[in-house]
Amino acid sequence: MIQAFAFYLFATMLIASAVLVISARNPVHSVLWLILGFFNAAGLMLLLGAEFIAMLLVIVYVGAVAVLFLFVVMMLDIDFAELRAGFVRYLPFGLLLAMVLAVEMIFAVGAWKAGSLEMAQRLVPIPSDVPNIEAIGDLLYTRYLYVFEGAGLVLLVALIGAIVLTHRARGGIRPQNISEQVKRRPQDATRNIDQPVGQGVEL
Amino acid sequence: MSYAESLSLTLSEVILAAGALVLLLVAGWAGDKATRLISWIAVVLLAVAGLALLGPAGAAFGGQYQADSFAAFAKVLIYFAAGASILIAPRFFQLADGSHMGLRAEYPILILLACVGMGMMVSAGDLLSLYVGLELNSLAAYVLASFMRSDQRSAEAGLKYFVLGALASGILLYGISLVYGFTGTTAFDGIAKAYGDGVSMGELFGLVFVFAGLAFKVSAVPFHMWTPDVYEGAPTPVTTFFASAPKVAALCMAIRVAVVAMGPAAHQWQQIVIFAALASTILGGVAAINQTNIKRLLAYSSINNVGFALIGLAAGTQQGIAAVLTYLAVYVVMTIGSFVCVLQMRDAEGRPIEAISALAGLSRSRPGLSAAFAIFMFSLAGIPPLFGFWPKFLVFDAAVAVGLLPLAAVGIATSVIGAFYYIKIVKIIYFDEPGEEVFAANNNVVETGLMLLTALAVSPIGYLAIPVLGQLSDRAAGSLF
Repeated sequence: MIQAFAFYLFATMLIASAVLVISARNPVHSVLWLILGFFNAAGLMLLLGAEFIAMLLVIVYVGAVAVLFLFVVMMLDIDFAELRAGFVRYLPFGLLLAMVLAVEMIFAVGAWKAGSLEMAQRLVPIPSDVPNIEAIGDLLYTRYLYVFEGAGLVLLVALIGAIVLTHRARGGIRPQNISEQVKRRPQDATRNIDQPVGQGVEL
Repeated sequence: MSYAESLSLTLSEVILAAGALVLLLVAGWAGDKATRLISWIAVVLLAVAGLALLGPAGAAFGGQYQADSFAAFAKVLIYFAAGASILIAPRFFQLADGSHMGLRAEYPILILLACVGMGMMVSAGDLLSLYVGLELNSLAAYVLASFMRSDQRSAEAGLKYFVLGALASGILLYGISLVYGFTGTTAFDGIAKAYGDGVSMGELFGLVFVFAGLAFKVSAVPFHMWTPDVYEGAPTPVTTFFASAPKVAALCMAIRVAVVAMGPAAHQWQQIVIFAALASTILGGVAAINQTNIKRLLAYSSINNVGFALIGLAAGTQQGIAAVLTYLAVYVVMTIGSFVCVLQMRDAEGRPIEAISALAGLSRSRPGLSAAFAIFMFSLAGIPPLFGFWPKFLVFDAAVAVGLLPLAAVGIATSVIGAFYYIKIVKIIYFDEPGEEVFAANNNVVETGLMLLTALAVSPIGYLAIPVLGQLSDRAAGSLF
């Protein structure tokens, strides 16, 4: 009972926020609705027993991708009114795409009903009593440790590459050099002047 | 097998990866002032990693990593080529940039990380580790190609390489996913078992896509179009690297996939390899004739050479694979030598010159350099007294032994066509009237030493190495069968 309630709650919220993503006038609001949509999709995944994908949705999409969207939307000067101008003109094309998608969905459901794919050749059978985050973590740090570390190196190379290709040492700036400041002695910085009265100071 | 044992089998990769991380910290603290020190340490690390290859053979991490003599043979070539490309870089970047900024410290580090990736590629016993190694190597290569970011051609080369490389990775991944879907495993032995039970339509499609992706990485025709542009645009030391180390890695990876994973489907992939070999030798021979840029010419030459190496793979026998390994060893030496010669083409201010016409009459001003050029060109052409002839002979011999007579015949014919443009360069150097362009003198010990070493190795003296080289490559090929 509670599952059915949760499903309908998440599903309606998801569809509603998806509609609001494309209908909101303010692009920043669109991104915020998108984040709400991601949260609801994560809830649906939880109901399906796919906790790992739920976590991914929240961490990767909400945590990184949506924030990136937000930055892009705020930084770029996009005239959204102009983007929307062709709505009626492109409507037939959009409807065609929607129809193709709908037909595909019907086929997919039909194929699924007809019988599942042959999964007998799986290398490892799915254990039913282990939560899938635990199962993935178990494999990732044992069987696939080598590939996992390799993937870490790939990310490191991407990071180095981004810095090498974009970082520029800028000239003409005056950064604070703390060790120079600490090393400075009074005799380098001040001097005593016996200033005669009535004359200007020579600096 | 415990982790400690697995790690000890992957010792050379561990040394390189850990060394690269430490050097990255050094670069972070000391900045570009430490480039020279970092370069030398990187070369020492490569040598140590090469020594670590003498360790025991075996399969690590549940068969995802294979430490055998095949991988060791390939890695020695890769480390040698990588070390050479690190050593020749500082001077080029110092002079070519114009601003005299010098080489940035990330260059040797990226090459080290690329070497880790190439080690993973040639040792891969699983499609997953193969792909991760390939991406590690490719990502480092994209950055290296556009390393001179203020130079428009270098930036363009990097972008072009990135886009086409990503496409190739996509094709390869699609093939891998098909193979995994239809065989149920990514491990090479499991795939071989599935292919041994008969090749289904899906498995066949997977095989075709995997080979298309691999052909892209070795720049075999019809997936070669990125090669001339990238080789021309990238800084010359980077081009040296591209033409040698990753080529060895990609070819050896292709050999392992073909022989170990898809060996039972040899009849299927043989057709693809034969086509790629034929097309590469023909296009590499014909398209190079009209080139006016020496780096572009060498790019087509590398396509041509890959075609010859693929002839050995097409034979599919142990003899054929051994011939390919010998071919790669000689090819790496010849390529590094000829690119070091190209590096010497600098004007008085040290800016690089790449036009072939600038070589006219070089023999009068720089007899030593001209002799080296001539040796490499004759050797690339495969003219008998020089060592470049021997691997070509081995490859054709292996092809004839399994009855691929037409393939060998076409190979020999295109080799003759290719000889035309190699000898044309020798003719320009020795018989043309010198132009007003005068190359700056070379006073760099490292470059002279490398040139001398490689020239001696491909000269007739190289024939002394045949017993050792033959035995090593035979043993390496034997570890696959």
